[in-house]
Amino acid sequence: MHAQVPISAYLILAAVLFSIGVGAFLIKRNIITVFMSIELMLNAVNLTFVAFAHSWHQIGGQIFVFFVMVVAAAEAAVGLAIIIAIFRTRQTLNVDQIDLMKS
Amino acid sequence: MPSEYLWLIPLLPFAGFLINGTLGRKFPRALVSAVALISTAVPAAIVAWLWSAMLAPGAPGVINITSGPWIAISDFQVNFAFTVDHLTLIMLGVVTGVGFLIHIYSVGYMAHEEGYWRFFAYLNLFMFFMSVLVLASSFLLLFVGWEGVGLASYLLIGFYFKKDSAADAGKKAFIVNRIGDFGFLLAMFLLVQNFGSLDFGHVFNAISVNPDWHGGILTAIALLLVVGAAGKSAQIPLYVWLPDAMEGPTPVSALIHAATMVTAGIYMVARCHTLFDRSPYALGVVAIIGAVTAIFAASMGMVQHDIKRVLAYSTVSQLGYMFLACGVGAYAAGIFHLVTHAFFKALLFLAAGSVIHALGGEQDMRNMGGLRQRIPVTFWTMTAAVFAICGVWPFAGFYSKDEILFRAFVSDNPIAKLLWLVGLITAGMTAFYMFRLWFKTFFGEPRFEESSDLHNHGAAVHTHADTHAVLVANHDDNHSAHGVHESPWIMLFPLVILGILSVVGGWIGVPAAQGGHNEIEHFLDPVFSTGAAEAVTASRGLELGLAAISLVVVAIGFYIAFLLYYRKPGTAASYAQRFPALYRLVSNKFYIDELYGLVIVTPLLMFTRLILGGLIDTGLVNGSGWAAAAIARGTGAAANRAQSGNIRSYAGWLALGAALVLLVMIFGRALWAL
Repeated sequence: MHAQVPISAYLILAAVLFSIGVGAFLIKRNIITVFMSIELMLNAVNLTFVAFAHSWHQIGGQIFVFFVMVVAAAEAAVGLAIIIAIFRTRQTLNVDQIDLMKS
Repeated sequence: MPSEYLWLIPLLPFAGFLINGTLGRKFPRALVSAVALISTAVPAAIVAWLWSAMLAPGAPGVINITSGPWIAISDFQVNFAFTVDHLTLIMLGVVTGVGFLIHIYSVGYMAHEEGYWRFFAYLNLFMFFMSVLVLASSFLLLFVGWEGVGLASYLLIGFYFKKDSAADAGKKAFIVNRIGDFGFLLAMFLLVQNFGSLDFGHVFNAISVNPDWHGGILTAIALLLVVGAAGKSAQIPLYVWLPDAMEGPTPVSALIHAATMVTAGIYMVARCHTLFDRSPYALGVVAIIGAVTAIFAASMGMVQHDIKRVLAYSTVSQLGYMFLACGVGAYAAGIFHLVTHAFFKALLFLAAGSVIHALGGEQDMRNMGGLRQRIPVTFWTMTAAVFAICGVWPFAGFYSKDEILFRAFVSDNPIAKLLWLVGLITAGMTAFYMFRLWFKTFFGEPRFEESSDLHNHGAAVHTHADTHAVLVANHDDNHSAHGVHESPWIMLFPLVILGILSVVGGWIGVPAAQGGHNEIEHFLDPVFSTGAAEAVTASRGLELGLAAISLVVVAIGFYIAFLLYYRKPGTAASYAQRFPALYRLVSNKFYIDELYGLVIVTPLLMFTRLILGGLIDTGLVNGSGWAAAAIARGTGAAANRAQSGNIRSYAGWLALGAALVLLVMIFGRALWAL
């Protein structure tokens, strides 16, 4: 019997990853970095899903992770295409200069 | 049985209104007239049939037809129901008969007017509502007709709506009538509250079977009904709209503002006689209103120069007579005068219209004169009408007016003799102003100019000067060659019929004292059942004496008019100069319009402008609107600042919010416990 890793360890790791993601999203200006920080947040959430699924013996959490991954993959495909389109038109990847929605 | 076709009496004119009102614009004039005439001729024929059926021996005195419930709320029910009794029959005869004659006349009179189809559509609409009014078997259905004729009156007074004065007169008539209708409505509310029904039969039965009901709530209902009747029948203090209503085309004045609609108030009072009989106080009010209106209006009629306005004041005055008759309980006499008045006053208006037509739109009697030989048919028919209204034996007005005066004299009203005296003086004044009109219009030197204006078109212009082309194109050569011309036969035919009726119309009510049988009174006995016939026979000598006195008074009125306007035409003006203040007072109609303006209209306008307009509308309504707008704008501006367009700031707010939610979730329960 090996010692069970407690669920709190997974949750703390997930929280740390999520916070890093949020911090990066707020601080970084490069749009690709911002995008990566979003992926980081998603995966932090995935980690909590898997941890809880394992802990409670509920298969639903693991299935949900697959959904999140599929959506993230689709998002990456669309998002990267948008980023390329933006770079072609505006010659920049700085999010502070991409403020077309400003009133 | 004619009763199966009863519903056609109101419905055909309504169909005529719909056809002419929707399609008439595209119809040729002949088709418009055909539709209008057929939809009034057939009801007139049905009414004639109804007469013969109900006069037959053994015929029922009352016909009721019901076509199902209209309003049904628990116990309270109003049906679409018509009742025909002898009173309705007389009213129907007047409305459809005189109405049809005036329709014929209008075909000639309006021939050159714009809006021909509109005129006949309105006229048919009026016939529809007037039939409903007299046929109704409940207060509510009567009220529908009552309001409807008011609407038709408004539309027709304002027929020349491009003229400000006509539009204003229409509004005045409508608004003044609203005041009366307010009283009528309140009376109906009281009836519903106290009787639980608006059905004539139900209400009057309830009163009849309780002989100890007197005054009280009955007086209140009766007085409120009088307010309504005073509005519709142009009695003091609500008479002011009728003289202004002369802005409408002359056939309208004849039909609505002389023969039918304005008598609706008298009809209503007569219809509710069971109610009024129980309230001597209300009856006294009716009598006094009638007598005062009669003499007051007659005095104003004596100094008017507009031929139609003289007739308008005369109508108010004659309606006062009818009110007086009802007020002394002589309902049959009132209805009798209503019938004869419908004949001779419609004739007077139509003849005046013929005079106006002849003079190309001139209405001022100062510019008439000497028309006797120029328009002989009009002259002779009008003469019959003038003699009838003045009450010259044996014309129609003599019998009806004397019946009223006699019944006022012998009534048990405490001021019966005074009422009679007022009526008698009014008869003298009536003779004076009617013969003044007669002399000024038909005798003496012609004072009109047969100017180029008349030579050029020589046809009906009435009010529109912009129809020259049509006029010249449509009129015969002998008309345009000659300024003053007799009206076409389609206008003269109704004049002649009404002229005959003005002579013989009174013979249906020759009192027993003069060797007659007073048929109309016996005919109405089943309706009024007052047992007044005994009182009449009891004082035969008195009746003859009173008739003689009133004839003398009429002769005096005639003689004064003869002196002032025929023998020495200038003297009237010199008398007017000798009493300038009095003349100014009377010719300005006692400044009643100005008084109403000062006491009612101006304060109401001030109240509306300052309190309602300034404080309520601008302050409260607009203010709250502005406040709401300012709040929305302020919030919007604040929210606008948050929308920076900077993605990272949005993310920051999002993160902050998420953190707050997290904190609340963790510590919220602890906070709640505090």
